[in-house]
Amino acid sequence: MTRLLVGPFNRVEGDLEVTLDIEDGRVSSARVNSPMYRGFEQILQGKRPHDALVYVPRICGICSVSQSVASARALADMGGLSIPPNGQHVTNVILATENMADHLTHFYLFFMPDFTRAVYAGRPWHADAQRRFDPATGEQARQAIAARQRWFTMLGLLAGKWPHTQSIEPGGSTRAVDSAERTRLLARMREFRRFLEQQLFAAPLEQVLSLASADALWDWDARAPLRGDFRMFLAIARDAGLMGLGKGPGRYLSYGAYPQPGAAFVFPRGVWRAESSSLGPLDESGIREDATHAWLADDGGPRHPRDGLTVPAGDKPGAYTWNKAPRLAGEVVETGAIARQLAAGHPLVRDMVERHGGTVFTRVLARLLELARVVPMMEQWMLALEPGEPYCASGALPDEGTGIGLSEAARGSLGHWISVRRGHIENYQIVAPTTWNFSPRDAAGTPGALESALEGAPVLQGETTPVSVQHIVRSFDPCMVCTVH
Amino acid sequence: MDITMPNFNVLWLQSGGCGGCSMSLLCADTADFHGQLRDAGINLLWHPSLSLESGSELIDLLERAADGRLRVDALCIEGSLLRGPNNTGRFHVLAGTGIPMIDWVRRLAATARQVVAIGSCAAWGGITAGGSNPTDACGLQYDDDRPGGLLGASFRSGSGLPVINVAGCPTHPGWVIDSLMALAAGQFSAADLDPLNRPRFYADQLVHHGCTRNEYYEFKASAEKPSDLGCMMEHMGCKGTQVHADCNTRLWNGEGSCTRGGYACIACTEPGFQEPGHPFHETPKIAGIPIGLPTDMPKAWFVALASLSKSATPKRVKANATADHLQVAPAVRKTRLR
Ligand code: SF4
Ligand code: SF4
Repeated sequence: MTRLLVGPFNRVEGDLEVTLDIEDGRVSSARVNSPMYRGFEQILQGKRPHDALVYVPRICGICSVSQSVASARALADMGGLSIPPNGQHVTNVILATENMADHLTHFYLFFMPDFTRAVYAGRPWHADAQRRFDPATGEQARQAIAARQRWFTMLGLLAGKWPHTQSIEPGGSTRAVDSAERTRLLARMREFRRFLEQQLFAAPLEQVLSLASADALWDWDARAPLRGDFRMFLAIARDAGLMGLGKGPGRYLSYGAYPQPGAAFVFPRGVWRAESSSLGPLDESGIREDATHAWLADDGGPRHPRDGLTVPAGDKPGAYTWNKAPRLAGEVVETGAIARQLAAGHPLVRDMVERHGGTVFTRVLARLLELARVVPMMEQWMLALEPGEPYCASGALPDEGTGIGLSEAARGSLGHWISVRRGHIENYQIVAPTTWNFSPRDAAGTPGALESALEGAPVLQGETTPVSVQHIVRSFDPCMVCTVH
Repeated sequence: MDITMPNFNVLWLQSGGCGGCSMSLLCADTADFHGQLRDAGINLLWHPSLSLESGSELIDLLERAADGRLRVDALCIEGSLLRGPNNTGRFHVLAGTGIPMIDWVRRLAATARQVVAIGSCAAWGGITAGGSNPTDACGLQYDDDRPGGLLGASFRSGSGLPVINVAGCPTHPGWVIDSLMALAAGQFSAADLDPLNRPRFYADQLVHHGCTRNEYYEFKASAEKPSDLGCMMEHMGCKGTQVHADCNTRLWNGEGSCTRGGYACIACTEPGFQEPGHPFHETPKIAGIPIGLPTDMPKAWFVALASLSKSATPKRVKANATADHLQVAPAVRKTRLR
């Protein structure tokens, strides 16, 4: 057996280190270290509750709106506030703008560049991949940055700026939109749709949405191979073996995304189990964070976030990361676009996961399919705005109370738990998507989702930063600054 | 890439921040991000979101930069420097190296021609230094508004300049790109820095300049709750009249700014903004008068002007100030002499 220390990873958000044990050219065991701690849960103690809305977006620059939304929901839950329909629609549009940008950034800037590496020089698609996805010169990577920049101008108007808006309030949004502004925003949305339809999918989004099974996708692919970056990904995925690489735990968590006024989520809440192909309810009370292998005090054993504890203990024996290990009813779960779309019954995602499991291929596929699905919805939410009607309910927050804010960031389920005493925050706990996906072992020694997904990954002769490991790591689109916070 | 290259070599590293300054950078107002840098002669040696090199490839690059085999013209650091626990720097050990990030930064800063703090974390400590500052976070050359920080008050980079503080949380992509372009062109000197070593081109402005709420400000017609259109100085915590930045003339993400988005300026370009000593979105007052008065304005004048302008507030301005959309449109008048 040999041991390999891999890091720093880039094209992930934040810093990441992985320790690999290798036997017979394969990873036999992996340990994931989130090597940076900032202590937001400590910083928030003693603050006024509303001030959380200034601190929490700054947990993460890539999903700051997701943090704001989770926090605003926790405060609204505590204060019994409800959002007027306009505020709900605009919040959904702001959150979806960030989530869709994250999917785009992940695909073009974080995930695909690895296929330009020299290790793939012999593959028939390599030169094409370089032309499209080289981080500095790739034609498509450069167009994607430009499309992303234009896309985010929606948040200049809707949220003042991105990242780190303060426009998201427990009662809604601080920025009312008039009809002329809505017209401008719709035009901007359609511009982004055009990028997706011309560059990414080379097809109308409705056509992509109509692909309801793996067979339908492969038929569609065979009709125009390599047209558009999505089909390029399909070709590489088949050739490079991404279908079977990096299999996750087979249990998928979604808190539910994009609540509609007075109605349910667009993408429902629940836990999808691959072995029974069924969606079960989410029991939030079953969440525990286990700090056995974190450089954090673990007094009292695994704790529900409502009374979570965050006290650094840098010399703790057996610890190897700053990240706690969240478990749902004792089990390891995976979260992300794949979980959201499984819970939401996306027929193609369900069919593909049935065939291949949750792997590098299906994770990236689910993300791209979510892009095709959500952008048209955003147009509908904009059209549902009623100019002249309120965007924000106002109301004082109570001096005592607790609140829970659950949301879906691009990378998956994000939860905030707040408790307030005498007008100040007594405890504030955050469990982010990558906290779940990149968790360390728990007290029973069960590895986290990435840790087990890495087992079996091939390591080529002489590799110090195995390319298969990079694909698996990046297929989760990890956000390390959120993970530990 | 070698030492003879004529390009302006930029090495960008992240530590105790959120990565938001990098995400903001990618929103730079250009149709061709890489082309803009290339045209300015800027070569990104490595950036966390924009480079292929990972793991051992990066460590090799850092070693070459630290011992001078690879010329670094600008070392850009994003995020606070985490000195804790007990000055060990263990709150951030750079992955794959076993070496605290603060030690890497000290080594690299010693050979870089310019050292640039990207964002308020790297400049002053920023949000990560909030509350009890559990990680003993600081900036490269400041600890809030006290000179010192990781590198010490007397630090000068190879060029002779102190750390250039491109402060903001996040920092504006235009502030970063304009700074790097000026440095690459050799058109940036000590005279271009304000008293807190921020580039004057944006720090010699106030957020208040160009705010769309200026008419409400003139008449002290004030917002009372989130989403109101009025000026946010009197009740909602806006510090735009004191805060150095051009946010309302060089807009964000197309047509945005904090005040245009309906929320107060919280002074994110200023040292210590993370601990204002009052709730961010409430204006602290003594006897009904805001404590933080506009920069360069004597208190007596402010009080006199405020009471005069309040008594002269047009109905339109008053009505619109506490609504989320226009209640009264400006009257239509003939604008010719006759
Ligand atoms: S200055 Fe603000 S945006 Fe930049 S890294 Fe720090 S917290 Fe993030
Ligand atoms: S809202 Fe702030 S920046 Fe705008 S006019 Fe009022 S004080 Fe000035």
